Amino acid sequence: MRFTLNGAPVEIAAPPMARLLDVLREECGLTGTKEGCGEGECGACTVLLDGEPVCACLVPVAQVIDCEVLTIEGLGGDHAMQQAFVAEGAAQCGICTPGMVLTALTIPPGSSIEEVRATLAGNLCRCTGYEAIYRAAMRVVTPALQPTGKFKAFGRE
Amino acid sequence: MELLQPRTVDEALLLLRENPGATPVAGGTDLYVALNLGTLQGTRFLDLWGLDELRQIREADGVLSVGALASYSEIIRSRAVRARLPMLASAAREIGGVQIQNRGTLGGNIANGSPAGDSLPVLLAADATVVLRSAAGERRIQLVDFYVGYRQSVIRPDEIIVAVEVPRTDGRQWFRKVGTRAAQAISKVVMAGVRGERVRLAIGSMAAVPLRLRRTEEALTSGAGIEHARAELEAEISPIDDLRSTERYRRRVAGNLLERFWRETAGE
Repeated sequence: MRFTLNGAPVEIAAPPMARLLDVLREECGLTGTKEGCGEGECGACTVLLDGEPVCACLVPVAQVIDCEVLTIEGLGGDHAMQQAFVAEGAAQCGICTPGMVLTALTIPPGSSIEEVRATLAGNLCRCTGYEAIYRAAMRVVTPALQPTGKFKAFGRE
Repeated sequence: MELLQPRTVDEALLLLRENPGATPVAGGTDLYVALNLGTLQGTRFLDLWGLDELRQIREADGVLSVGALASYSEIIRSRAVRARLPMLASAAREIGGVQIQNRGTLGGNIANGSPAGDSLPVLLAADATVVLRSAAGERRIQLVDFYVGYRQSVIRPDEIIVAVEVPRTDGRQWFRKVGTRAAQAISKVVMAGVRGERVRLAIGSMAAVPLRLRRTEEALTSGAGIEHARAELEAEISPIDDLRSTERYRRRVAGNLLERFWRETAGE
């Protein structure tokens, strides 16, 4: 089975019903994608499939043949969204972070805080209380709104 | 586990006829939950995801036809759905989060048949018809006649859902879901209604199957008043205590939602 992983073609021998999550972690050795709930509730295993966030725990690998898969490793470490997460301290335990960053990449530029929240609604975080995550995302997608947004916390620098 | 990957709907139907035990899989958002939990024992699956001909949403002769593989994201983006059946777009926005909306399909919600399926009260209140197809041909079943018991329907093992058809909907549409949180929640109570000359109402998580509320509708349509309608609703539903909620809570909230529907759809 061939697909594009983080910009490079890969060929994998795996059972067709294997979860994309397991193939990424075990066959491809990319453990940045985390397993949280294993039932599509938490979003920790989010990857971008042809640019759209999906839960890798719910996708049979056979359905990504000829598709493009982007995992957190594909961002390289100093992507603007990753830098924003670092700058805002938008991570604590870190399990949700890879999925959160990838979903955040799909927030349309110029989004309001409500749109940011709606896009990230499928990514649960049990540590941060979300505020720092929203600030990080806003820093990238709508920097103009960031210091004066509805959140009091936006004023913090 | 084996996965059959047809290229066309016709090929899929032939494969299903030859492999009557095969479980169809589309976006996998329900199927993989069961697989991951070990509650689904199937060994042979039929992949429908690549059958783009089942993704179309179109309107013809007053009928809105939503392909079974249309994802909730596609439904939210669809102009035809937003114009004709805005309550379906509202329901789609409240299903899961974007990850689930990108992969979950309308046909899957119907096939999964959970009494808590959020699109089902919408489709019931809209008088939707399910289009089923097998290698032997096509048949249409009113959604209200589709379920025969908890997660049981009239679909045959050689059939797949190919589309849902919705006739013209006259009146104001209304949808409300109550769960533990705004996103990623399974409904404790979910209600959809249309207020036209005739009132049409349906509710989920209130019985073994999603329910069309005929007596409640009749009470409201005949002008019997909201108090009377609320009493009819009480008699029509049979909620249970389960891990998500209690019977008492569900009854109270269902009645409150009915009042809210009636208030919020009152004429201009």
